[in-house]
Amino acid sequence: MRQRFQDIDYLGVVLWLLRTGIIILVIWGSVATIIQNPYSSKTWMDFIVFGVAQGSLYALIAIGYTLVYGVLFMINFAHSEFFMSGIFTATILLANPMKASGFLDSHPFVGLGLITITAIIVSVAIALLTERVAYRPLRKAPRLVPLITAIGASFFWQYFFRGLFGSEVKPFPQIEGLIGKIPFLGTEILINQVVVIVVAIIMLIGLYIFVMKTKIGKSIRAVAEDKDTAALMGIDVDRAISITFAMGAAMAGIAGVLYAMVFRQVHFFMGFIPGIKAFTAAVLGGIGSIPGAAVGGFFLGMFESVGPSLFLQGLGIPAPHQLKDVIAFTMLVLVLIFRPQGILGERLAEKKA
Amino acid sequence: MKKYKVFSLLLIVAFLLAACGPAAPKTIKIGINAPLTGDIPKVGEGTKYAAEMWLEDIDAAGGLDVGGTKYKVELVIEDNESKADSAVKANTKMITQDDVLIIVGPQSSKQAVPAGEVANNNETPMISPWSTNPKTTLDRPWVFRGCFLDPFQGPVIANFASEEFGFTKAAVLYDVASDYPKGLAEFFKAAWEELHGEGSVVAYESFTTKDTDFSAQLTKIKNSGAEFIFTPQYYNEVALIVQQAHELGWTGPIMGSDSWGSTETVKLCGPDCYGLFFSTHYAAAGATGATKEFIDRYNAKYGYVPDDVGALTWDAMNIAKQAIQDCGKITGDLKADRKCVRDALASIKNFHGITGDMTFTEDGDPIKCAVIVRISDAGEYEFYKQVCP
Repeated sequence: MRQRFQDIDYLGVVLWLLRTGIIILVIWGSVATIIQNPYSSKTWMDFIVFGVAQGSLYALIAIGYTLVYGVLFMINFAHSEFFMSGIFTATILLANPMKASGFLDSHPFVGLGLITITAIIVSVAIALLTERVAYRPLRKAPRLVPLITAIGASFFWQYFFRGLFGSEVKPFPQIEGLIGKIPFLGTEILINQVVVIVVAIIMLIGLYIFVMKTKIGKSIRAVAEDKDTAALMGIDVDRAISITFAMGAAMAGIAGVLYAMVFRQVHFFMGFIPGIKAFTAAVLGGIGSIPGAAVGGFFLGMFESVGPSLFLQGLGIPAPHQLKDVIAFTMLVLVLIFRPQGILGERLAEKKA
Repeated sequence: MKKYKVFSLLLIVAFLLAACGPAAPKTIKIGINAPLTGDIPKVGEGTKYAAEMWLEDIDAAGGLDVGGTKYKVELVIEDNESKADSAVKANTKMITQDDVLIIVGPQSSKQAVPAGEVANNNETPMISPWSTNPKTTLDRPWVFRGCFLDPFQGPVIANFASEEFGFTKAAVLYDVASDYPKGLAEFFKAAWEELHGEGSVVAYESFTTKDTDFSAQLTKIKNSGAEFIFTPQYYNEVALIVQQAHELGWTGPIMGSDSWGSTETVKLCGPDCYGLFFSTHYAAAGATGATKEFIDRYNAKYGYVPDDVGALTWDAMNIAKQAIQDCGKITGDLKADRKCVRDALASIKNFHGITGDMTFTEDGDPIKCAVIVRISDAGEYEFYKQVCP
């Protein structure tokens, strides 16, 4: 008997209490909400659509974190600045002048195409430059060193673009043809949200196919598996890593355009919050895994949008949406307690690390 | 060389004579504590310009007439660099070295709260034209202000929406992590429920600073049956909220508070914000009478339309002028004169300012009307209505 008491692992008990507590709260809140039934099914549907649209953005940005982590085992905190730089530049140099001259109104899709291309080019250029100057010389350094460098690079780009374009919030013009709603499953979806979701899904699938089916994709996976062996097999490791960065940044550039389209404003600090959320999504889905980043993004978006109403309304908490970040990160903790490798992540112990 | 010596000697004698002369000085010094440099130089510039324009009028009249004697007025303009410690330093210098009779400024609450402490301790009257934080004048008999307080605007919008549109159901959307919107949202809710009963704020939704997606909250508001939305936010959030509300099919009015007053609001929000209302200190477009005169004169002299700081400074200068005149005489005993001016300030009734009529309470806060501004279809801030307490 005495022996058994000594065997009790106190940390284990605390963790067990924690996860049971969270689960009870979530179930209790959800059941209470469902019983009270404060919203129609149409409203729930709306919440789900908002969540999926927001989640698509997170997923697109999360890809960048996951790709770089998969290849370099490094968390690239400057990724949120790749997201910001493209659309910030495109807005100042292209979108607002085009709006002022009337070109954007007469050719909305040509204009949007030009904006997207510019955003991608700038994002990719910034990413390649950062990789070449700040990360490549440190590739053999201990893991903490590139991490701190990434934080420094993030600050550098933020203030670089603040110096370049100013610290004010800049408007992003409304694109004609993306205004309005279309009917969908008994509710209506905003056209710009449809565009966000569709573009994100196409890009994610395209990227997955690129990595899995093409020769370049294979070289990236080989480098991710083992850099030295890949180099022995004749793979240009530097090139594979550069391509990885470029792909992540291109996704971030597209995400930037979609973000500006929905929220219609840009500024030098706009990358910070989406960046943190996308990183969370990448961890939630299993960092290093491309489908994981996508799934993590959609889950996080859903938790944020449906969670406050579903889990907290029933507990009698007023105005629960201010707590959406709490919900999102509680869910992250919960998922990581049960699956430390994330929803779709591989066990690191099996592979490397 | 010798000539200079004689000259300076003469000067010294002249000064000595002047000092020993009549007890009552022929000049009145007014201190201006303004952020000429720092984060908000435009605010300092507006303060300085309005004060200088006021001085022109006094000079043109041959001085300030107090009890039948004309006094020359001198402005002591000190830069507070938009910093709290510099504002304290500026006040101390003006009170102890420059012997000012009264101080106008500082503008922002950040500087007005600590600087007010100095003025109060040194028993020198001070009027802050622009500071809305209750702490500036709280328990400080020597400190006054030229604008209304934060708690006043909530009831203003509540009364306006009830009377103008006959609304009975309101929705509030505010940032729970920021003092100003949170305070205003609470004041509004209390005022609204007093008018229309418990539960008449049908949606009381919130978010936290830096959130950009308000679709879920706005969907709830839309389904709650609310007739209008009150959102006391800053300009970039105003743009996000208004645009998202319209995209989601919200067609009712959206109202705000004086934080909407920046020109950035319309720049970011565009046509989505046209036709919306907010409460503020003064409206430049569509002004009439003395207000219009002031705006036109300022515009002609400095080349731009003055914002609320300029107008409130103008009023504060005139309040100071009236208090000095009400005092009746300047004895030359600075301590007694300052006390006399303070008492006159506290008993000002029905002062006609360009930002509205004011009567001061013993706390140093004016009882004053707010202006409801409508954002016109050209994106200008147009006077719509005055709402009084």
